[in-house]
Amino acid sequence: MSANMNVFLFFVSCVLTNNFIFSRFLGCCPFLGVSNKVETSFSMGMAVTFVMTIASLCCYMIYNWLLIPLGLKFMNTIAFILVIAALVQFVEMFLKKNSPTLYSALGIYLPLITTNCAVLGVTTLNVNNGYNMLYAVLNGAFSALGFTLAIVLMAGVRERLESSKIPECMKGFPITLVSAGLMAVAFMGFSGLV
Amino acid sequence: MSENKSMGQVFFNGIIPENPTFRLVLGTCPTLAVTTSAINGVGMGAAATFVLVCSNLVISLLRNFIPNKVRIPAFIVIICTFVTMVQMLMQAYLPSLYESLGIFIPLIVVNCIILARAEAFASKNTPILSAADGLGMGLGFTLALTLMGSIRELIGSGSVFGLNVLGAGYQPMLLIVLASGGFLTYGLLLGLFNLAVRKLEEKRARKEAEEA
Repeated sequence: MSANMNVFLFFVSCVLTNNFIFSRFLGCCPFLGVSNKVETSFSMGMAVTFVMTIASLCCYMIYNWLLIPLGLKFMNTIAFILVIAALVQFVEMFLKKNSPTLYSALGIYLPLITTNCAVLGVTTLNVNNGYNMLYAVLNGAFSALGFTLAIVLMAGVRERLESSKIPECMKGFPITLVSAGLMAVAFMGFSGLV
Repeated sequence: MSENKSMGQVFFNGIIPENPTFRLVLGTCPTLAVTTSAINGVGMGAAATFVLVCSNLVISLLRNFIPNKVRIPAFIVIICTFVTMVQMLMQAYLPSLYESLGIFIPLIVVNCIILARAEAFASKNTPILSAADGLGMGLGFTLALTLMGSIRELIGSGSVFGLNVLGAGYQPMLLIVLASGGFLTYGLLLGLFNLAVRKLEEKRARKEAEEA
């Protein structure tokens, strides 16, 4: 019972209070770049969730079972980025062969995930916070869900923004950033939750 | 391919005309996250500049040896090597800055500015020009981060570079140093920058029209 409760609290903390975008600033590039439409941002979110969960697991295993025994702790950034790049490539090939519909839905977003700092960020955070294997995987999955929530909400706001009158110099990125700032204020309201 | 481009032109290109933060909107994550104070902005900018110059130089030296198909992984490994070096150096000599930049030092690896310059510039130009480009871009990034850090520190805690400017009676506006303030400050600065560029272009167009 209490283990379930802990997992639930961890979920709330990852998705709402420590939201990757609004409080940690990880994954801002895709957040600003691909949040034009609700459907595409949802696909992006799902692709990121998939990769972040598997990347957390793989990087945990590589770090604890390979880098620590070999005394190569300082190599973690290089090892993680290579694991993530290989993983994204592998996922892309796997989906292309076994699930063409999902593959075409995710489209160009899959290769973009390699340079998404949320993925490298979550694996580094797992190491820094000393999570065990279960929590490392949960952290990957839940944080990615928080990312998905943020990017879908943002896409909803941006769809509305397109039809409103905005000063010429604020069009595009500036107004998106300001709206994101206001959403971050709203997310601050969750900070006392856990 | 770039004989007619002078060093100075390449160098200044990154500072204003193609400023990575305000014109290209690249590398937004560190821009938003570490600019809670001016000194953090300078630290992050300096680390990124070092990595940019070194990786541009090495990639440009190796540009004829790296097969086209595996160039992205090769670039990432080169960048990552320099990032790890910066990380270890900072941990040893600047521990307090290392603490406050935290996770964003290893994340320089996935900073899009560095990969974008490697792909767009260093893989096509001579080593010296590439290093100049890296230095210019890095300084542009540093200036932007310092500007944003100073503004946020001034409003959010009433000081710049740790020196109290606004006096003891100033009520700090905490919102600006919190997460949301990063988005707001960046958005408004970007809007101002766009406005300034547009006004300058209009002025130039008017002048040309008068002369003609």
